[in-house]
Amino acid sequence: MKKIRYGMVVDTRRCVGCKACVFACKSENKVPEGFCRDWIVEEVRGFFPDLKAEIRSERCNHCSKAPCVSNCPTGASHFAEGGVVLVNHNKCTGCKACMAACPYDARYVHPEGYIDKCTFCLHRVKEGKDPACVSVCPTKTLHFGDLNDPDSEVSRLLKTREWKVNAPETGCEPNVYFLV
Amino acid sequence: MLQIPIQQPVEMVTTRMNPHVHPHLHVWGYEIPTYLFLGGLVGGILILSSLLGFMAKKKGKQVSPVVAWMPLVSLGLLSVGMLFLFLDLSHKLYVWRFYTAFEWTSPMSWGAWILLIVYPVGFLLSMNLLSEKGREKVVAFCPMKRLGMKSPLKALADWAAKRSEGLLTTGMFAGIALAIYTGILLANNGGRVVWSSALMGPLFLASGLSTGAAFFLLFRSREEEHSSLLRLDIIAIIAELVLLFLLFLGYGTSGTGGHSALSNFLGGPWTAPFFGLVVFLGLLVPLGMELYEKKHHAVATRLVPILVLIGGFFLRYVLVASGQAISIAQVTVH
Repeated sequence: MKKIRYGMVVDTRRCVGCKACVFACKSENKVPEGFCRDWIVEEVRGFFPDLKAEIRSERCNHCSKAPCVSNCPTGASHFAEGGVVLVNHNKCTGCKACMAACPYDARYVHPEGYIDKCTFCLHRVKEGKDPACVSVCPTKTLHFGDLNDPDSEVSRLLKTREWKVNAPETGCEPNVYFLV
Repeated sequence: MLQIPIQQPVEMVTTRMNPHVHPHLHVWGYEIPTYLFLGGLVGGILILSSLLGFMAKKKGKQVSPVVAWMPLVSLGLLSVGMLFLFLDLSHKLYVWRFYTAFEWTSPMSWGAWILLIVYPVGFLLSMNLLSEKGREKVVAFCPMKRLGMKSPLKALADWAAKRSEGLLTTGMFAGIALAIYTGILLANNGGRVVWSSALMGPLFLASGLSTGAAFFLLFRSREEEHSSLLRLDIIAIIAELVLLFLLFLGYGTSGTGGHSALSNFLGGPWTAPFFGLVVFLGLLVPLGMELYEKKHHAVATRLVPILVLIGGFFLRYVLVASGQAISIAQVTVH
């Protein structure tokens, strides 16, 4: 049996940019004021009236080849269960090598000094729940599951819909997919 | 029908209001470039002290006091650099965590351990190069000696004095490791288009050698040592210019990310600081003045080494600041 590889699928056709995911994350993870672990990007391309818009809910990509993990000098950034990238606060020196390494700028310095980021709500996932952002999404934009399980919802979506990942040229093998 | 691709304007709105997440607002401030500058400078000093030691020993002579004391003095500079490193940490109480792990994929972890090696090597190098009188002066500083106890420094100094080429070679390798890792630290970030080049290590090594030579030239050394240092500085500056040219050539031939990095320096926000402070004031002017001094045996001036040191600092400052401002995810079209 293949190892679990958690991933997220974001349906850009469904996202309305309501920011429920952002607020759910802040509430669930007690993210301090002025900071965020996930965010909304609204992208508009073209010349009026020929415009094309896309709304994306973005977060740490929990890359399979995460440069934040390989660049961390103390082993604070590490791969946890299901390939989720976590930061051990008690090992973090706040050197910011991971922030410099992350091509997605997904990390920030927590006011207490350590580096913080999205955890895919692993504490909830271990209890069999979805991450907070997924569970509150009113338009069913966000999907979470095991990418290595061919019958999971995320695998099926990736098999039946067209998708992309952000900046694939980094070679980091991100695990957040965007349905287009 | 053939479709002509049109460059489409893109407007992006994001709820990511956190300045700490946006690298163009902040990852590393002035502390890291200052440390990189001092680390490179100390690396250069160790390499040059060892080199001058080799040259003197070959002629059966002793190096001048400036050269002999410099590795020891440079450890003070390195300590100032490490203070800046400490100031940059946001989780300061956990600084000791650097020394409870060795992560071989992390240049910063390599650097932490290299720094630990440089201290004893620098001390032993000075002990090797100093005269007996000089060694006694150092040993006299040992608090144990003042208390009338047997000083371990004395034993170390005596041990180092008896060593010759092995210690000088170690000094040279420690200097190379220190200077080159500061560049690899940046180059290892594949997502940052300005830094992601294998030339960063050699560039920082060349700059470390140049600033190291410049630091020596601030003080009075023996005529033949001054002449060697001048020659080495000229070579290091030319190497730096060649490496910068190759770096830019690399940007120009490496797609969207590289082009974005290049536009940062050619017409972008870092054009004036880079060409003004680094290339012109820090490299071309001192190179011209050093060539003039060498050709016409002109009287040495302290302005030249000061300009080289300013240029060395701003090279790191501009590269660190501009590099963290652009990530590959920002410049590539999804």
